[in-house]
Amino acid sequence: MAALTDLTLASARDGLQSREFSAVELTRAHIAAIEAARPLNAFITETPEHALAQAAVSDAKLAKGAGGALEGLPIGIKDLFCTKGILTTAGSHILDGFKPPYESTVTAKLWDAGAVCLGKLNLDEFAMGSSNMTSYYGPVINPWSQPGGNRKLVPGGSSGGSAAATAARLALATIGTDTGGSIRQPAGFCGIVGAKPTYGRCSRWGIVAFASSLDQAGPMTRNVRDAALMLNVMCGHDPKDSTSAPIPVPDFEAALTGDIRGLRIGIPREYRVDNMPAEIDALWQRGIDWLKAAGAEPVDISLKLTKYALPTYYIIAPAEASSNLARYDGARFGLRVPGGSLSEMYENTRAEGFGAEVRRRVLIGTYVLSHGYYDAYYLKAQRIRTLIARDFDEAFRTVDAILTPTAPSAAFAIGEKMDDPLAMYLNDVFTVPVNLAGLPGISVPAGLSADGLPLGLQVIGRAFDEATMLRIAGVLETAAGFVAKPAYLGEAA
Amino acid sequence: MPLDNATVAKIATLARISLPESERAAMGAELDTILHWVEQLGEVNTDGVEPMTSVAHMTLAMRDDVVTDGGQADAILLNAPNRAHGFFTVPKVVE
Repeated sequence: MAALTDLTLASARDGLQSREFSAVELTRAHIAAIEAARPLNAFITETPEHALAQAAVSDAKLAKGAGGALEGLPIGIKDLFCTKGILTTAGSHILDGFKPPYESTVTAKLWDAGAVCLGKLNLDEFAMGSSNMTSYYGPVINPWSQPGGNRKLVPGGSSGGSAAATAARLALATIGTDTGGSIRQPAGFCGIVGAKPTYGRCSRWGIVAFASSLDQAGPMTRNVRDAALMLNVMCGHDPKDSTSAPIPVPDFEAALTGDIRGLRIGIPREYRVDNMPAEIDALWQRGIDWLKAAGAEPVDISLKLTKYALPTYYIIAPAEASSNLARYDGARFGLRVPGGSLSEMYENTRAEGFGAEVRRRVLIGTYVLSHGYYDAYYLKAQRIRTLIARDFDEAFRTVDAILTPTAPSAAFAIGEKMDDPLAMYLNDVFTVPVNLAGLPGISVPAGLSADGLPLGLQVIGRAFDEATMLRIAGVLETAAGFVAKPAYLGEAA
Repeated sequence: MPLDNATVAKIATLARISLPESERAAMGAELDTILHWVEQLGEVNTDGVEPMTSVAHMTLAMRDDVVTDGGQADAILLNAPNRAHGFFTVPKVVE
C-alpha cells in the first residue's frame, strides 16, 4: 500500500470505508509529515489536537457505517477563511491574535461533511501577490526544485501554502481562494490541480475579503476527481452571501465521464503573448492535440480585450481592496498601534499592520476612487470589464470551453521580480480575465519545463458549467499522464 | 501626470495610512509606474458601454426587514484590543 500521505482523497475515502486504516492513523501520518516539513513554511497555524479529536469522531461514525462525503479526510485551509476559535491571520500583521467567533460557510460545509482540519496555510498578505512573498509570516518554499539546482523557488500565490502543502503530501487536499489566479497559478507552479468555480458558486461568507466582485473559493488537489469531490461539498447557495447563486449543484464526480467527443474547444489567439517561452507554447499545442485525439474540436477564437485585462484588474481589485480593508482600524480586533488621537491610532495601526504590497494597493485603490479620478480610472475599468465579459460571451456562443496555458512561466526563484510590481503582475495574464468575467477555470499539471518544473494548462468553462470544465480537465489529465513528484516530499512515516 | 509629494500625502491621509515625509517620493514613484501602466486603457473605446456593477447575472434577493441576529456583545468584543464595560475603547475624541 502507498504511504497514507500519498493517497488521493478518493482512495483514502475508500480505504477508510473498507477499514484498511483509521481516520486517526491517516491524520497522524499527516501531522508527522507537517512537522517534518516545517522548513517549507506552508502552515501558519498547525492544529494537530483539533485534527485528532475530529478524526476520532470520524472513526466512530465510520464504524457505524455513517459519515459524510469527506468523513475522516485530513485537509488544510488557506488562512483567509475564518475558523471559529482558531487564529485567522490573512497573512497579515494587522490581524494579530484574531480568533473569529464564527466559521466561514465553506469551511463549515467541509467540517459538516466530516473533513479533518490540519491547520491554516500561509498565503500572500490579504491574498495580494503571486509568489507568497508578501506574507507577514514569511515566504513559502516550493517543494519542487530544479534537479541539481539549489535555488529555492516560490510556490506561486496567493494560495502558496495550500499549493505547497498539497504537492508535498502534507494534506490530502487544501482549499484556496482566487481573485486573479490565486488558486490556478500556484497549482500550476506546484504541479497540482487547482479549480476556481464560477463567481457565486461558493459562498464568500466568512472569507476575509480582498476584492469582493472577484474573490472565489476553490479546491487544490492532486487530481481532477479530488477537485470534483471537494467542489461537491464546497459549492451551494448561502443566504448569508448576497452574491451566492441560488442554483442547484450537480454531482461533479459523475461529470467525469472521460467522453469529450464533439465538444468545441476555443483556442484564443490573443493568448499567444509577446515573449511567451517556446516551451509554454509547445505545451499548449500538446494540450490541443490531446483534446483533438479524444474527439474534441479545437476552434480558433478571439478574445480581443485580453491585453487590457491586467490593467483593468489593477484598477478594480485595488479599488475594492481599499474599501474592504478600511475595516482594519485597530479599534475592534487585531493589531492596535497607539496614537495621540483616533486618527493617529488608525494611521499608525495601518502603517505598521499592512505590508508594502498591501499599502501600495490600498493607496492605488484610494486614488482611483478619489474625487476627480473616479470616472477616468474606476468607471473606465468597469466599462472595459463589461467588454471583457462580452468577449467571453461571444466566444461561448461557438465553443463549449477554452484551453490556455495557466501561467507564462514555471516557478521562479524566491526574491525574483520583487523590485518590479508590474513583472510580478504579469504572472496572472492568463488567469485574471476569467475572474473579470466571473467564469470557472481549472489548472491541470500537464508537463515539465526544460528545468524539470511543473507547467499547467487551464480550462475555462461557461458560467455554472464546471461539469464540462472538469470533464475536459479529466481528459487532459489522463492524456498528460503527469506522474512527476516534487523533490521534497513530506514523508515522515 | 507625475504624483507630487502633496498628492501622495493626501492619498495616504484618505487611506488613513501614516506615510513619513521621507517615504513619500519613493511611494509616489511606485504608484506613478502603476498608474502610467493602467493609462493604456484610454486606448479602448467605451462609448455607450455600461460599467459592470455585478458579474453575477442575478437580481439581488429581497428578504423581510426583520432582526435576525443579535445578543452577541461578548463574542463581538472578544477580539477587541481594548474594551471596558461592554464597549470598545479608543483614544479620546471629544475635548
